[in-house]
Amino acid sequence: MDTDRMRMQMLAEALRAGGPRAGRGIGRRNFLRGAGVGALALGAPSLLAACGTQSQVQSEETCGSTDLSDTEKTLIFSNWPEYIDVKGKRMPTLEGFETESGITVTYNTDVNDNNEFFGKVKDQLGACEPIGRDIITMTDWMAARMIGLGWMQELDKDNMPNVVSNLKTDLQSPTWDPDRTYSVPWQSGLTGIAYNAKYTGEVSSFEELMTRTDLKGKVSLLSEMGDTMLFMLLLEGANPEDFTDEQWSAAIGRLEGYVGSGQIRRFTGNDYIRDLNAGNVVACEAWSGDVIAMQYDNPDIKWVVPEEGLSLWSDNMMVPNKADHKANAEALMDYYYQPEVAATLAAWVNYICPVEGAQEAMEKVDPSLVDNELIFPSEDFLKNAYGFMELDETTRQAYDKDFAQVIGA
Amino acid sequence: MSAASHLPGGGASAASDDAPRKRGLGGYLLLSPGGLWLVVFFVVPTVTLVATSLYDPSGSLQLGYAMTWHWQNYTDAVVDYGPQLLRSLQYAVIATIACVLMGYPLAYAIAFKGGRFKNLMLVAVIAPFFTSFLVRTLSWQYILGDNEAVVSLLRWLHVLGPEGHLLATPFAVITGLTYNFLPFLVLPLYASLEKVDRRLLEAASDLYASPFTAFRKVTLPLSMPGLVAGTLLTFIPAAGDYINSELLGNPTTRMVGNEIQDLFAAGDYPTASSLSVILMAAIVLLVAIYVRRAGTEELV
Repeated sequence: MDTDRMRMQMLAEALRAGGPRAGRGIGRRNFLRGAGVGALALGAPSLLAACGTQSQVQSEETCGSTDLSDTEKTLIFSNWPEYIDVKGKRMPTLEGFETESGITVTYNTDVNDNNEFFGKVKDQLGACEPIGRDIITMTDWMAARMIGLGWMQELDKDNMPNVVSNLKTDLQSPTWDPDRTYSVPWQSGLTGIAYNAKYTGEVSSFEELMTRTDLKGKVSLLSEMGDTMLFMLLLEGANPEDFTDEQWSAAIGRLEGYVGSGQIRRFTGNDYIRDLNAGNVVACEAWSGDVIAMQYDNPDIKWVVPEEGLSLWSDNMMVPNKADHKANAEALMDYYYQPEVAATLAAWVNYICPVEGAQEAMEKVDPSLVDNELIFPSEDFLKNAYGFMELDETTRQAYDKDFAQVIGA
Repeated sequence: MSAASHLPGGGASAASDDAPRKRGLGGYLLLSPGGLWLVVFFVVPTVTLVATSLYDPSGSLQLGYAMTWHWQNYTDAVVDYGPQLLRSLQYAVIATIACVLMGYPLAYAIAFKGGRFKNLMLVAVIAPFFTSFLVRTLSWQYILGDNEAVVSLLRWLHVLGPEGHLLATPFAVITGLTYNFLPFLVLPLYASLEKVDRRLLEAASDLYASPFTAFRKVTLPLSMPGLVAGTLLTFIPAAGDYINSELLGNPTTRMVGNEIQDLFAAGDYPTASSLSVILMAAIVLLVAIYVRRAGTEELV
């Protein structure tokens, strides 16, 4: 409090001093003239030097990493918020890993949004500098983008026998990392519709969400392009896994129409939870695990599978270039692919568990969750689930721009 | 300090009279830390920003960005984001006016009528700053929420229709801007008002000026430096702000800050940079006109 008062007084003093008498010593005009010349002299060459930037693509040759895991038993893990089991202030599965391996883990929840995180680390990774993290967790499309840029280290399968034997078949070969050379799924999840039953009746499809007049101005969509556009493409009758530029334009036009009609109140990241809870938004596009977690506090929140289909995605653990503890990271990935550990984690986060055998292990952890389709979905449940088409860097930028333009009318 | 030196018009001549005859390098030496700071944190980033705004917009992280002197980025930015640019300036002007309407009486009351509570009142003005900007804005989400007291009351009074809301409207965004920048107006204004010599007001009333005339002819002109500084400190950050629009607005209240952020995230650095340069130029231009009009060039 005292320092603030001091600061305030200093501000007041400074402003007092800055009256008409401030021009002494070096005249203002003179100073400005000098500064201008200085700026020009310095600015011109750096302007030339700043002409263009090189490609930011890295590779094993241009950006090799060393592994200090043998001597340093530490690991820095960056993950999304509320994405690990917590008991009070402790994290049981993570502590289990620390005891078992002797590796000290620093667990950060500093991934809030794929784009935002990308913005935070892109300059270092592009210049082959360490980002101070050994594991980062990115959604499929962002993982694809980072791997495509050559920013991730190849993982050693020999260090991860559990991953090799327990990774679910349907997750083993995504198009962007066919042999899972660079990535290991942390959790998968679904995007659908959530609504607050205190304020509205059931909303069963995106069609309803976007056109029902009683929802006007009380609907939010996700600012995650892949999720929201997937549903727009489905409404267009296109296949989100394989669509044309024309279909994309039509889907963008459709979204533009919904924004223009005033149906959509906001585009959000994870923060839709607050609005939905408070009833500012009564129905929205939502992630499955979030909603289930919310239901513990507010039973009025419901999650539904939209009639049009579902968006299915995974978040993937990866080791960035210049991270010093790759073997430690691999040990952690392997640890989480033990069925019992995976079941404990899934029981808390409520997302789809990528580990084979976890469903059986769940019998011991929490029998009520064994048949939970949102953690262990059946094939039938997922028959309407889609991923988003893989895009090359140029197309992605163009699509991202289209999307950004619409959500910011 | 004599009162005369603060009178308008007295300053310029005083400065040249007092100026030392011989000028050494000492002044420049003393300025060098500040100058260096300016070069590193202002000149270099600005040059980079301007350079980036002229890159080929078809570049990407994979291909790199080539410098092609692509001036068209600027016209594209204006065509695509003109509405948001205008909206930002408009919101910032409204918020600044609202700040003046609320802040002037407040600063005046503290300076002239605060008495021994002066410091306490000033602390009350900056007390919200003990909490982070983000948290304060988030609490407006709660206050203006559709099912909270304010909206319920306004609906009951039929100021709002049964489905009317405040959150996610331009009103909420401007309220947030006004609230967040009010102290930036009050503090410099208070500093100006506080040093107004009360004897000048006594003299005015001895010369048969009504309290209102005394205010108009003495207090107001003497508080101009504070008022101008305060309005600048409010207007400039408000025009570039994006948190308030992000948290309290809807897709049709987006400001230029939101667009710049999204363009950077989408990897369109050239357009994002040209939009930033346009915003900067627009603000500099408006501020220059304003300061010239207000006749307080000495301040900046």
